[in-house]
Amino acid sequence: MDDYFAELGELFERFNVVGAFWTNIQLTFWAALIALALGTVLALMRISPIASLRFAGTAYVNVIRNTPLTVIIIFMVLVVWTLFAVTLAPGFNDNFFRLAVIGLAIYHAAFVCEAIRSGVNTVPVGQAEAARAIGLPFLAAARLVILPQAFRGSIAPLGNTLIALLKNSTVAAAGSVSWETASTMRLMIEFRPDHLYLIFFIFALGYVVLVIPIGVVTTWLSDRLAVKR
Amino acid sequence: MSSVLFDSPGPRGRRLVMFGNVASGVVVAGVVVFVLVVLAQQGQLDPALWVAALDGRAWQFYYLPGLQNTLRAAAFATVGAVAFGVLFGVGRLSLNPLVRVLSGVVVEFFRAVPVLLMMFFLWVFFSRQLTWVPDRPYAAVVVALVLYNGSVIAELVRSGVRNLPRGQSEAALAVGLTGAQSLRSVLLPQALVAMLPAVISQLVVVLKDSALGTLIAYPELLRATQILASGEQNPLQALTVAALVFIVLNWLLSVLAHRLSLTLSSRTSGKTVEGVGIGNPVAAPVVPEPH
Repeated sequence: MDDYFAELGELFERFNVVGAFWTNIQLTFWAALIALALGTVLALMRISPIASLRFAGTAYVNVIRNTPLTVIIIFMVLVVWTLFAVTLAPGFNDNFFRLAVIGLAIYHAAFVCEAIRSGVNTVPVGQAEAARAIGLPFLAAARLVILPQAFRGSIAPLGNTLIALLKNSTVAAAGSVSWETASTMRLMIEFRPDHLYLIFFIFALGYVVLVIPIGVVTTWLSDRLAVKR
Repeated sequence: MSSVLFDSPGPRGRRLVMFGNVASGVVVAGVVVFVLVVLAQQGQLDPALWVAALDGRAWQFYYLPGLQNTLRAAAFATVGAVAFGVLFGVGRLSLNPLVRVLSGVVVEFFRAVPVLLMMFFLWVFFSRQLTWVPDRPYAAVVVALVLYNGSVIAELVRSGVRNLPRGQSEAALAVGLTGAQSLRSVLLPQALVAMLPAVISQLVVVLKDSALGTLIAYPELLRATQILASGEQNPLQALTVAALVFIVLNWLLSVLAHRLSLTLSSRTSGKTVEGVGIGNPVAAPVVPEPH
């Protein structure tokens, strides 16, 4: 039994499991920030009264949403980096990391846009009519009446998107971010196939521990903040 | 156009919208022109590169065999995921607390673990432990997709039954059906019809995630495209074609899901809502709740 734990200790000294999870958390964090900004712009475009902006926003969402994330990440490496020599950071690893962040952000922005739009759709038309009826101009109506309710309605779908983004950050493996969790786990089980189940279980448990709190918090927040109708 | 944000515009509003329309049209056109200019500068508009990505040889030896493998994996994964989902979804609604908790643990576990992690694990698992499995990358792709999407569908079954109007189960109990009978002959049939659009939307996720198979050397569409691109030195063109194939297939599925969500609503008392196509079902509580 002592040998077993000694072997495990050695395995975990050799492979940086915590660092791998930290990489995925960082990927998720930066991609989430960019996706939130881009997705908000797209959502504004899709709900604007200007037809050409609506068209551009809808086109982006329909194209990106239906493209596999793997294709986007591989595109970032094979085309954006290899072909066009776009370098986002001096170091090799930093560069792959940032390319993966951009790829993840491009993909998830489409879902952020849909989440925000579905939040706007939870606001009944009567709210806007009432705002206009008491004389609020467009910006005041949006700021005081519609957007606060829309934001509350979009918390649950945004939380779902964040969970999906965290799990999808493993796809950075396709973009040469070889020190993230999926690639690290693969190396470990190929190095020590006799500990196959245990290694998988540790990584899987790591994701369960990360994902379930996000789900609990966003469900709680959206229940608490939801406009009761 | 009138929406929650905007009233139908008057004459001044219409002029503003017209101006905005032209201005943003110019911006969008400018972006397109910029992209084309960059592509031309890099020599990526060279017809030879595009012909090599689009000719009969590319389709016959790369895209179509790849697409066949993609569809084969997606089809088997879908059948398996629906079976898995109905089984564990009903398990989560079971009156037996042990079955309920076990199904809940299985579903929440596979919903939280990234598909790629499962694919890598299953690939090594099949190669080391179940060496009699003939096509191991294929088996790993299908099983990983079944476990993940099956758990999502299980959640759809559960939330589908939950979201039925309370009167349905009350009426079933009032005419003398037991709890299990009312679930089987009143609630489940309606929930299954109501969730059909969301299941079709989940097919989009299955199809997209099947592209992860390229990382374990399963010869699906993306892998075939990469091989073509490394031979012809045209990754931009080949990946564009592959992405378009995925986009068209997934878009058709989304249209079907949307149509079904409209036409099926008269056949069930549940809400027929299509999914968003990213994997997590809409508004299903993550914490297990008492029945």
